[in-house]
Parts: sequence; structure tokens; C-alpha cells
Amino acid sequence: MSEIQPIVMPKWGLSMEEGTLTAWLVKEGDEIAKGQEIADIESTKIANAFESPKGGLVRRLAAKVGDTLPVGALLAVLAPASTPEAEIDAFVGGFAVAEAADDQQGGGISEVRFAHRGRAVAYKVAGGHHVGIPVVLVHGFGGDSDNWLFNIEALAAGRPVYAIDLPGHGKSEKTIERGDVDELADAVVALMDEVGANRAHLVGHSLGAAAAFEALSRHPERVASIAGLAPAGLSDTVNGEFVDAFVAAEKRKDVRAALQKLFADPELVSAAMIEGVQKFKRLEGAQAALKTIAAAALPEGRQARSYRAVVDKRHAPTLVVWGTKDVILNPEAVHGLPEYVEIVRLDDVGHMPHMEAASRVNEALARHFARAES
Amino acid sequence: MPKKTYRQAINEAIASEMRRDHRVIVMGEDNAGGAGAPGEKDAWGGVLGVTKGLQPEFGPERVLDTPISESAFIGAAAGAAATGLRPVAELMFVDFMGVCFDQIFNQAAKFRYMFGGKAVTPLVIRTMYGAGLRAASQHSQCLYPLFTHIPGLKVVLPSSPYEAKGLMIQAIRDDDPVIFFEHKALYDETGDVPDESYTIPFGEANITRDGGDLTIVAFGRMVGLANQAADELKREGIAATVIDPRTTSPLDTESILDSVRETGRLVVVDEAHPRCSMAADVARLVAEEAFKHLKAPIKTVTAPHTPVPFSPALEDLYIPNLARILEAARAAARG
Repeated sequence: MSEIQPIVMPKWGLSMEEGTLTAWLVKEGDEIAKGQEIADIESTKIANAFESPKGGLVRRLAAKVGDTLPVGALLAVLAPASTPEAEIDAFVGGFAVAEAADDQQGGGISEVRFAHRGRAVAYKVAGGHHVGIPVVLVHGFGGDSDNWLFNIEALAAGRPVYAIDLPGHGKSEKTIERGDVDELADAVVALMDEVGANRAHLVGHSLGAAAAFEALSRHPERVASIAGLAPAGLSDTVNGEFVDAFVAAEKRKDVRAALQKLFADPELVSAAMIEGVQKFKRLEGAQAALKTIAAAALPEGRQARSYRAVVDKRHAPTLVVWGTKDVILNPEAVHGLPEYVEIVRLDDVGHMPHMEAASRVNEALARHFARAES
Repeated sequence: MPKKTYRQAINEAIASEMRRDHRVIVMGEDNAGGAGAPGEKDAWGGVLGVTKGLQPEFGPERVLDTPISESAFIGAAAGAAATGLRPVAELMFVDFMGVCFDQIFNQAAKFRYMFGGKAVTPLVIRTMYGAGLRAASQHSQCLYPLFTHIPGLKVVLPSSPYEAKGLMIQAIRDDDPVIFFEHKALYDETGDVPDESYTIPFGEANITRDGGDLTIVAFGRMVGLANQAADELKREGIAATVIDPRTTSPLDTESILDSVRETGRLVVVDEAHPRCSMAADVARLVAEEAFKHLKAPIKTVTAPHTPVPFSPALEDLYIPNLARILEAARAAARG
């Protein structure tokens, strides 16, 4: 029986309780690899390809297209060809959702706020009971900690993961002082202090990577490793039209047009994702905060800070992940990085690799953390 | 995000605007509770408790009880708005509009126009509507089409606690008269509502479900039923878009037309009577502007052309329900 492995309905984000299987991308008898896209799944918030958390021979597709199932419900069964059909039948028949829930890592996500220089900064934590070196996730301009919904629990294997809402973003207060990378980095360091993380692996996306590089330059001894996903800070330019359009967008059509530039596959931008961004932008002070940050950190199509010199100092093991279809920050910026930096290029992926190629990014990060700790 | 009821969301919106702007005042029957009489202050907060807690915080000068005379206090609110305050007046049940319709449609709605754009009337009239509470035919109607008909009024129908707070703050900050419709069966519905202040612009629909086979336009309380219908239809292999216009005046015609041009099929769900309703209005819009994209006849799901029955059995039949929406959607998808 132990050779039989269940594939269950994933949990994408705090609020997801059930998902609908909209397509199978594999069939019974297929040999699948870990990370392979095996199904399309939709929740009320998001639609995405589901990348298999395990590899093996697909013996049974237990869920049908159109089924709406709770998180943890059985989708498919992997087992070697030698396992008798009767054993698979017994496994499917005896499968309970609760067993699957125990199988999931991380033990849930919670939301916390703390005071930093007189304003509230919010973060999510997964795997808070683990003792390994923690990971701090730093989202990009206009994003929030929900951008990590496909990563936060997967990365919490044996270590706590903290995902910040940068000042002016998500559930953090919208008051911004200068809006430069220093101010964002202050909040990242404050979060590490707040959770008692003397050392951490820093993972930054886009402008969040620049904040992580800034934290690294100030406190190299506190950074176990650093990873930049489509990182800012390595070249001079940014797609200024996108920044302006994203800041100005209020109507759904304009928000959608801006968000679609972030993905190689524009179909990934759902109505719920658009409304989520609109909900953030409607909050008093949010629009002003974005303007202040854009003016200070990403003025007129330029990046105000370069961290190439910091990377050259080789403070910590460094990983750079970039989608080849990124139209916001040019992936060619990886040229000329020092030899020690590991570079992962993802074909047909846009500016959001952690959403568009989640399991490949999760694996690259897990390998990177392990290497840094060895 | 914190969970709040529809009632709390509206209360929070009014309270935060009263803190922000001293010109915002609240008036209506029993809104303060016990004012002008030896009774308990803040006893009710309006008949269903929406304004409870405002009188203790903002005092008797800014939270006023009025006599049971809608013609007097709605007129007073319109005058107060024209002379510099920003009143939020409660017309307890929209069914009572008959006695104060002159004040609304011939006075407040016309000030900006009649005075050559020099007058503004930042008036909000909160009012309860809708069937389902066994309150019989004089306390259960959906009269938003009547107000939608009048140029100069803005008409708002929040479908959830999140919409209720953002649309109420927008209504209070708006310089035109706004009729704010609160469905009494939604008051105890809960949903995610940010603690911070935010506004939802008028005339921008919300797309609550996304699908390419069919467009369902639903108003107010009907949005939740339409979402349930879309979830059920998805299991049957029909992907429906659900559009909540949020406001009937202004109406986001663009979102409706864009969606119908994609799907070619339309169902409109409206709790009002069928004649001269939002269902009729949206059907007219699509027939006129997107006829060549239609692949099937437009379907409407409405209440019948009768008063709201007092008999519980009949009232339950009167209100558009999930089964009728599904039936109409399947017919539109097949046709």
C-alpha cells in the first residue's frame, strides 16, 4: 500500500476551501514528473495549471472534469504498474480528506501585524513551529503577500516562512515617508527583528528583490542566502509605461490590461485577481503610496538603485530566476553577473515566475536553501 | 480581512464619514432613539438598527430623530443639502416614498439642473427594500426602477457588505442626491470588509463570476443567487459570467455589452416587477446595441406583476429563486 501515492486538491491561498477541476492534462497510464502540469483547477479567486507535487505512474483519475471538491480531496492516484487494481480500488474507497490534510506541509498560514515606526506592517507566516533557518518573502511593486499563494506552504518544509506586506501595500498601513528602496528594506529588517530571525534566506520579487539586496548590503551577516525573482536592482531600466499604467489604473479594463503584461499567458488574469487589485487600490492612501514609491524607486522608466556592486561582493549564495517573456524588467540583465550567482531562466514565463511556474520556482528555491546551508 | 455584516458595514461607513467631515448628519425615524422624549437614547438605531451607536458618539445635533412625516424630513434633508450640510436621511421603507416623491424627484433631483449647475445637493437617502421578511405588500417592494427613471438621481444597490461600505462612503462624498437601497434580507449577511476607508466608484460593475458561455446580470440581493446559479451551471458544463452593476444610475452599460458580445446569451435577474424594470431596461439595451451578437432570446427572471403577497407560501413563490434562474440560464444556453 505504501507505494500508492495520492494527488489531492491543492490549497491556493488562505481563503481557498474548494476547487473545481476544469481539465485533466494527463490520462491514466501516463508517467508524470514532479512539477509537470497535470490539471487545470479553478477556485473562486484563481484559475491555474496544477503542477504535480509528486512523480510516478498515473493509475487512477479519481476526480472528473467539472467536479468541485474540498481542499485535500483525492484527485488522482500514482502507483507502480505492479500494484493490483484491487489495491487501487481499496485506496480510493478508503481515502478520507482528513488524511490528505495531514499529508500537507506547513500546518496552515496565519496573518499578523506589528508596529514599525508608528505604522502597522502586516505579514503572513507558515510553518511558524519549525526550527530551520527562516525564509522571508518580499513581494514587488503593487503586489502583496498573496502573490506567494503557490509558494508559501511549499517552502515551509522544516522552516518558517514569513511573507511581508511592504509599507503601502496589502494589509500594511498606507502611510509612506519617502517611498525609496531604503524605506522598504527598513520594513524587511524590522520584520526579521520582530520574528527573532537573526539570519534568514531572503527571497525578493521585482522591486522586493531590490529591498532584499539593500538589506543584504546593510546586514550581510544576517542573510543566509538571497534569491531574486525577476529582480530589480540589476539593470538601469524598467518598463515605465507599465508602472504609469498600473499606478493610474482604476477601472477594471485598465487594471486588467496592466496585469496581463505581468504574465506570459494573459488568461491567468482572472476577474477575481483584477477585483483584488482594485480593492487594494480603492483603500484610502493606497494610490498615493504607489505614486510615492514609483516616483522614488522607479522614476520615469529608470531604476533609482543598482545593486550590482553588492552582488559583486559575494556576501551570500545568490540565485536569480527570470522568465524569458518578462516585459517589465529585461531578463538580459543577468549578463555579466559574477560566476557564483546561480541563474535559472524559465522559458515562456513572464514577470511573475513564482505564480506562473510555481513548482519549478519552489524547487529551485529549495535546492538553493539546501546548498546555502550545506 | 475582518468579517462584518452588511449592517455593520453601512454603520461603519457613516461613522467614518461623520468623523472625517463635520457637515455629515444623520436624520430619520428612530435614528437617534428616544430623542425629544423621556425614552432611552440610542434605543433602536433605526427600525433595523443600522444607525445604532451614532447618537452616543456624535450627539443629538448630528443624529436627529424626526416626526413620522416623510414629506417634512426628506424635504428638510434636501434643503439642508442645498445649504451646505451633507445629510444621510433614512426613508425607513422605500414603499413610503409616495408621500415625499415631490421632494425627491421634483426638488432634490432638479436643483443642479434648474440652477444652471450652481447648486449641489449632497444628499443621501438610505432606504430599505425587498421581499422575504413577511412584511406584506406595503413594506416589501423593490422600487429602484422608479428612481432610476429620474435624471438627476443616482441609485445604488449594494449586493454585499464590501460593496455596502465602499458605495456608502462614495454616496456621502458625492455632490448629487443618491438613493441608497438596502435589502433588509441582507443585513445579517457577512463578508470581508477592510477597516480602512475606501470608495467604490458609481457606474462600475463588478464581475463576480467569469465565464464565456452566458451573461447573467443581477441586481442587489439577486447577485448572491446569480453567483450560486453560476456555480451550479459550471458543474453542468455552462460557464457563466455574473455582472453586478452596483448602481442602476449611472449604469455600466459597457461591461454588460462587452460581456454579451462575447457570450451571445443574456439572463437578467431583477427582484422588481417585470414592467419598466431594470430587467426590461437591460434587455432593451442589449437588443438595441448588441442584437447581432445574440445567439438566443434574452431571458428575464423577475417578480410577477402583482403586489408582494402576505401569504408566506405565496411570498416565497413571488421572489425570484435559484431554480428559476437556473431554468432561464439553461434555456438561454440551449436556445
